[in-house]
Amino acid sequence: MRAVITVLGKDKVGIIATISKILADSNVNILDISQTLMQDVFTMIMLTDITDSSIAFNELSDRLEAAGKDIGLYVKIQHEDIFNSMHRI
Amino acid sequence: MLTKFEILETYKMIHEEYLDIRTITMGISLRDCCHPDGAVCRRKIYDKITAYAKDLVKVGRDIEKEYGIPIINKRISVTPVAMVAESCSDKDYVEFAAVMDKAAQELGVDFIGGFSALVHKGATPGDMKLIDSIAEALAATKKVCASVNTATTKSGINMDVVAQMGRVIKKAAELTADDGGMACAKLVVFANAPEDNPFMAGAFHGVGEPDCVINVGVSGPGVVKCALEKVKGADFSTVADVIKKTAFKITRMGQLVALEASKRLNVPFGIVDLSLAPTPAVGDSVAYILEEMGLERCGTHGTIAALALLNDAVKKGGIMASSHVGGLSGAFIPVSEDQGMINAVKTGALSIDMLKAMTCVCSVGLDMIAVPGSTTAETISAIIADEMAIGVVNNKTTAVRIIPAPGKAAGDVVEFGGLLGTGPVMDLNSYSSSEFIKRGGRIPAPVISLRN
Repeated sequence: MRAVITVLGKDKVGIIATISKILADSNVNILDISQTLMQDVFTMIMLTDITDSSIAFNELSDRLEAAGKDIGLYVKIQHEDIFNSMHRI
Repeated sequence: MLTKFEILETYKMIHEEYLDIRTITMGISLRDCCHPDGAVCRRKIYDKITAYAKDLVKVGRDIEKEYGIPIINKRISVTPVAMVAESCSDKDYVEFAAVMDKAAQELGVDFIGGFSALVHKGATPGDMKLIDSIAEALAATKKVCASVNTATTKSGINMDVVAQMGRVIKKAAELTADDGGMACAKLVVFANAPEDNPFMAGAFHGVGEPDCVINVGVSGPGVVKCALEKVKGADFSTVADVIKKTAFKITRMGQLVALEASKRLNVPFGIVDLSLAPTPAVGDSVAYILEEMGLERCGTHGTIAALALLNDAVKKGGIMASSHVGGLSGAFIPVSEDQGMINAVKTGALSIDMLKAMTCVCSVGLDMIAVPGSTTAETISAIIADEMAIGVVNNKTTAVRIIPAPGKAAGDVVEFGGLLGTGPVMDLNSYSSSEFIKRGGRIPAPVISLRN
């Protein structure tokens, strides 16, 4: 199962490090990272493979959101299918 | 591979434009719960509902978390209770509503619908007992919703029941006078009621439905409005195209959630309801969509044309996004639940007559309309009769959810809270319809019913 992680907020040092540490600790593989500044908002989109994740989805989601909160960023992990169903026929 | 733009578009729709799944509704048949002893019948009802829906709330929350899309309500609809309860000899059915409420509380669902009777051509003794119990049942319970189908295109309008529903609505308001007549917000009078509607208060599990089924209703007026903001001044072909594309995306969410819920609960998928359901949140309003099209205020001249376009484009966009579309599937115009409608009424732009006219081109009918507490039962019945006639002749669903707010006059405001919002009390025509309502009997089915 693949999941998309979206990170939005003010750019600062260590965003990728913070998120990828949680993913590495949970045995989640990063497939692709893309980041950009959109209207001064730092935006990072990460495609991950969570098939072999060592923790349940809910827990991973809670950890990412909490880590985001600590550094003042909005972090969300969502099943890839929500995007596929909306944008692909 | 998904593009950055696509991911951010979905993100914005959910987080800034109020895209959500309004409800996952589990329909449960109670036809096998009939029993000559009322207490046994109720126990069977309670046991079946709590067994079938035991994982509904949990599965809803899991899907919400995994896909990152809010699922606002988890609901249950059941077989019209009149059909089940009439197997016993109980004199009134308030206890049946109590047992539904208890099951809903136990499961943690938001609403349970189906305290209902289908009496469009005539009523059985069980139907009459249920209708007589509605006011007390709704006043005594929190989560139970009631509906009565009083008319169909095929059989005409049962004016005896229409007359009675005016009295039931008055009584329901009086019994809940301290809450602004709240019981009336949980009661819908229908023409051509759909059997698979996931939306409250009118949801029930039709007799042609399977034992258990999952129906999903989406919500997304905010998304449509934001999409239209990007094509300011464009012609109507463009407007219709933008709405269609947006409705497609919204409906795909509904379809995904419906299939996922169906799989996880091991219950067949029924339908996705394409209705655009507003919420009282600023920005999540059907009225604001109409205003975005160029109307200074919802309710002014041009409102019906704008609504007709919206309603049609939503269906055209949504229909390809789901394998099965059903329920009400049209734009909702509940006054108290839509900030734009509330403003339109308060500023005098939107009258009850315009609302009635709007119901000719959209779903569902006069919805969440607060009227003066002094309104007579006959006037309420006459309002219902008008709406039923619109539904019957136009071969569509129409409904009336009206609240004669006790002690309130036109211009006052009633607070319902939550998704039910705030109802500005609307002015009505002051002339009497009582001799008309007194006639009783049936208004015959229109010629268009003869299609064979």
